[in-house]
Amino acid sequence: MSQFLQVLLSGLATGSIYALVAIGFTLVWQAAQTVNFAQGEFVMVPAFFVLVGMHVLGFPLALAVGFALLASIVVLGFVFKKLIVEPILPSGGISLIIATMALGILLRESVKEFYGAEAQPFPPLFPTDPIHVFGAVVSMQDLLNLVISLGVVILLTLFLNRTRTGRSMQAAAQNPAVAEILGVDVKRMIMYAFLINAALAALASFLITPVYLAKFSNGETLGLVAFIAAIVGGFNQIRGALVGGLLIGVLDNFVATYITAEYRAALPLILLIVIILLRPQGIMGTSEGRAV
Amino acid sequence: MRSLLRPFLIALLLLAAIVAPIGQGNYITYVLTSWLIFSIASMGLNLTLGYAGQISLAQASFMAIGAYTTALLTLAGWHWMAALVPALLLCFVIGLVLGYPALRVKGHFLAFVTLAFNTLVFLVLRNEDWLTGGNYGLVGMPRPDFGFFSTMKQHNFYYFTLAITIVAAAIMWWIVRSPWGRAFKALRENPIRAESLGVDTRRITLLAFAIGSAYGGLAGALVTPLVQFIEPGSFAVAHSFRILLMVVVGGAGFFFGPFLGAGVVILLPEMLRFTEGYYLIIYAALVILMLVFTPKGLIGVWDLLRNRLFGKAQIRADVKQEPTLK
Amino acid sequence: MNRKILLALSTALLMGVSSVQAQDVAKIAMVAELSGAGAPAGTNWRDGIKIAIEEINADGGILGKQVELPEYDTQTDPQVSRAMVQKAIDDGAFAILGTIYSGSTLVNMLVAQQSEIPQFVGSEAPTIVQKGNPFVFRTSSGAQKGVPALVPYFTDTLKAQKVGIAWVNNEFGKGGRDVFAAEMEKIGIEVIADVPSEQGATDYASDVAKLKDSGADAVFVYMNQEEAARFLIEAKKQGLSMPLVGEVTLTEAKVIELAGGAAENAIAHVGVTATATEIPGIAEFNEKFVAQFKRNPTHDAIKGYIGAWATKYVTEKVGEFDGAKFADAMKNLCLPVAEYPRMLLDTCWDETGEMSRPSFMVQVKDGAPVVIGTVPAN
Repeated sequence: MSQFLQVLLSGLATGSIYALVAIGFTLVWQAAQTVNFAQGEFVMVPAFFVLVGMHVLGFPLALAVGFALLASIVVLGFVFKKLIVEPILPSGGISLIIATMALGILLRESVKEFYGAEAQPFPPLFPTDPIHVFGAVVSMQDLLNLVISLGVVILLTLFLNRTRTGRSMQAAAQNPAVAEILGVDVKRMIMYAFLINAALAALASFLITPVYLAKFSNGETLGLVAFIAAIVGGFNQIRGALVGGLLIGVLDNFVATYITAEYRAALPLILLIVIILLRPQGIMGTSEGRAV
Repeated sequence: MRSLLRPFLIALLLLAAIVAPIGQGNYITYVLTSWLIFSIASMGLNLTLGYAGQISLAQASFMAIGAYTTALLTLAGWHWMAALVPALLLCFVIGLVLGYPALRVKGHFLAFVTLAFNTLVFLVLRNEDWLTGGNYGLVGMPRPDFGFFSTMKQHNFYYFTLAITIVAAAIMWWIVRSPWGRAFKALRENPIRAESLGVDTRRITLLAFAIGSAYGGLAGALVTPLVQFIEPGSFAVAHSFRILLMVVVGGAGFFFGPFLGAGVVILLPEMLRFTEGYYLIIYAALVILMLVFTPKGLIGVWDLLRNRLFGKAQIRADVKQEPTLK
Repeated sequence: MNRKILLALSTALLMGVSSVQAQDVAKIAMVAELSGAGAPAGTNWRDGIKIAIEEINADGGILGKQVELPEYDTQTDPQVSRAMVQKAIDDGAFAILGTIYSGSTLVNMLVAQQSEIPQFVGSEAPTIVQKGNPFVFRTSSGAQKGVPALVPYFTDTLKAQKVGIAWVNNEFGKGGRDVFAAEMEKIGIEVIADVPSEQGATDYASDVAKLKDSGADAVFVYMNQEEAARFLIEAKKQGLSMPLVGEVTLTEAKVIELAGGAAENAIAHVGVTATATEIPGIAEFNEKFVAQFKRNPTHDAIKGYIGAWATKYVTEKVGEFDGAKFADAMKNLCLPVAEYPRMLLDTCWDETGEMSRPSFMVQVKDGAPVVIGTVPAN
């Protein structure tokens, strides 16, 4: 029983990180039909911005995190959109898939070459003391990961539905031409989606790197899991990404514990294929409505 | 004039391919051989993607199926030529099955299904070690011996691969010029119109996948005797990306695109090697730059230049000009 | 039409690629995993070799020739590694250092063998020295030698009845796991939990939960460094109470740095280790490495260092650059440290290229690895 609970709680904690990455992914997909194959690297890089801030620029942790957030939004949001997505998008999805794959290699190899191939320790932002729950152990960090992901979903949903900018973003995503006519600055709204994605990736990076450790190759699996979470949950809903992320996190841990460790990586893939073939809009998605 | 020039150029190319390894060390010959092998794999993907418009991120997994089938059979004492037949058939059938999702979903979703398939194949190869040797892979596969012509020597193996490549290219040439080939293009340009003109789009989609996969299997079957060692890691998703990159760099939908693309993708890191640690960084940056400036691939560059230099043929602005076979 | 000219041009370019060779230098080729999953091991291997080559050149080179060290990146891909070894030989290398990942070594050692080029490898998979290849030599004991050295510790010190194995599911981890499981069966200890994890895995919750519930008396941990560190962090979080015993990696400085307090009390059997600083040569190497690369050397760095120096020692023993004679000289060779100080420890090779030398049991105490016992060469 305690093992069951342990695996469930740990799965939820991991899943909440998948969810954060998947949400950003969904936003960018909605806004600019961009499947970002470098999304995993987007989560790997901000941790190194923090390390550069602390060890090269000599900032204290809090300032380094602030610096890293800003740097991520500029580089992974603004520069990514302007220099890669904007020029390549018109030539089609396949070109963009390859460009983001190349970008992933570029980020990985740059971090490796300029910061080192070995993993680096990363300071925890929250206390790591264990908390005992009916025989299972979680850390404060795990709980906060979960709380923060839920908080982000609620805040983002409120932002998109209740504010003028948020509704403009939805309009721009659903029907850019009409939105333009109605006076929405479509280009700016799309840019917002990229900036929010970068910020979410940075947030995920700060939360997981204390456990995952900072390493250039960390993005390889994370990016793929985030896609799967986004697709399984439903591409067109933020809450879909949350459900998808948590579901994958929990299922992955249960399969590894109770069924097979060798094939644990297969389950999300099979789930992905089944969902795409039977319910392409995802578990939470609606087939026609395209909300951001 | 044109009609005379083309066979002349093809003959020249063939001659270049024949003299290329003469006087070269084993390494260059090895690189040339992998170039031919990856050209075959890209040719297959080019049919699926460039002609029929169906994206696939699973080409490396078909190389794996071809490579493992050939390896297991040749280790069991079959001749390579005999082992090739079941290898290609297996790839054709599995490709046919993988084509079914393409009947339902398109674009990014299809990319993900095929990507997932590739990873599943990798997991099976790694975990079922009673059959595939698991993590340790399979080692010591013989190179084909034709009595009068043994391929143990690197140069001989190159010519053997070249012969297979020429046959494969000739078959591909015939396929894309046959009614099937035209149907493939019709499917890419406008599936609905193709359907209404009587093209059986279901059958054509499945065929595009199956034939493309068989070419992947052929490439894999050649990897086995070339490297004489195979392990699951050599057929992971990253390698499917690499083949996709070859098709796009060369120019999807151009017959000679795969040869050019495979050449660039294999040789570029080689030429950048003097930059030591930075070569992959520069390589990735070059790929991005290429996609920004010449999205139709390197063969597209030539079209662009020609249009600039010699003026463009008058075309209707409302009809989209797509790359066609020339 | 003219795209074919382009193609012809690229072919011509290809043919033009040829190497210029200088005659008055000796080339040792460094072929390693400089990018991809093996990059941490490969870059350490490279940097250890770099230090050795600087020392060798300052010392007058090999047989009076200065040594050049061209680098070849395998991208952690066996196919590429084979091509790179081929290239190194075409470029005129007289010896090869690398590779580390056994999957790569198994392929590329065939090429070096065909050309009769001696090759020092960092791989530990048992099969490498079982193929009858006279040109391949280890720089550390293979898993089939290293892992059994651990067994007395399980039987005598821990008095374990039931053990768990946590291993990384690549050729490195599987090799160690298979040897360990066979040893346990031989002496009648039950393997009660067998837990594989993916290379690069980040979530060890279910692995640790399974081990925790298994009732094992001790756990054998066989993973690469980052994976070992993540495993230790999760083990500490869930309060895994049994002793964690590893081979080589578990107590390395890097793992301790990454895992922080979670590495406390972890035990490992290690070959030559940078932590055995009471040995003068190792202390000196350690200092040099830290001064030059601003980080601690790993096990792989020392392996590379030893490989480079062994190349010099043996070549000078032979008296000429001759691969076949080199291979003959390596058979049942011992290089005692009194005579060959840069070998760091007394080192011997048998007729298959397997090596043996004294090794250590190490435990992490107060955040630092401490030698708790010496295992004689076997």
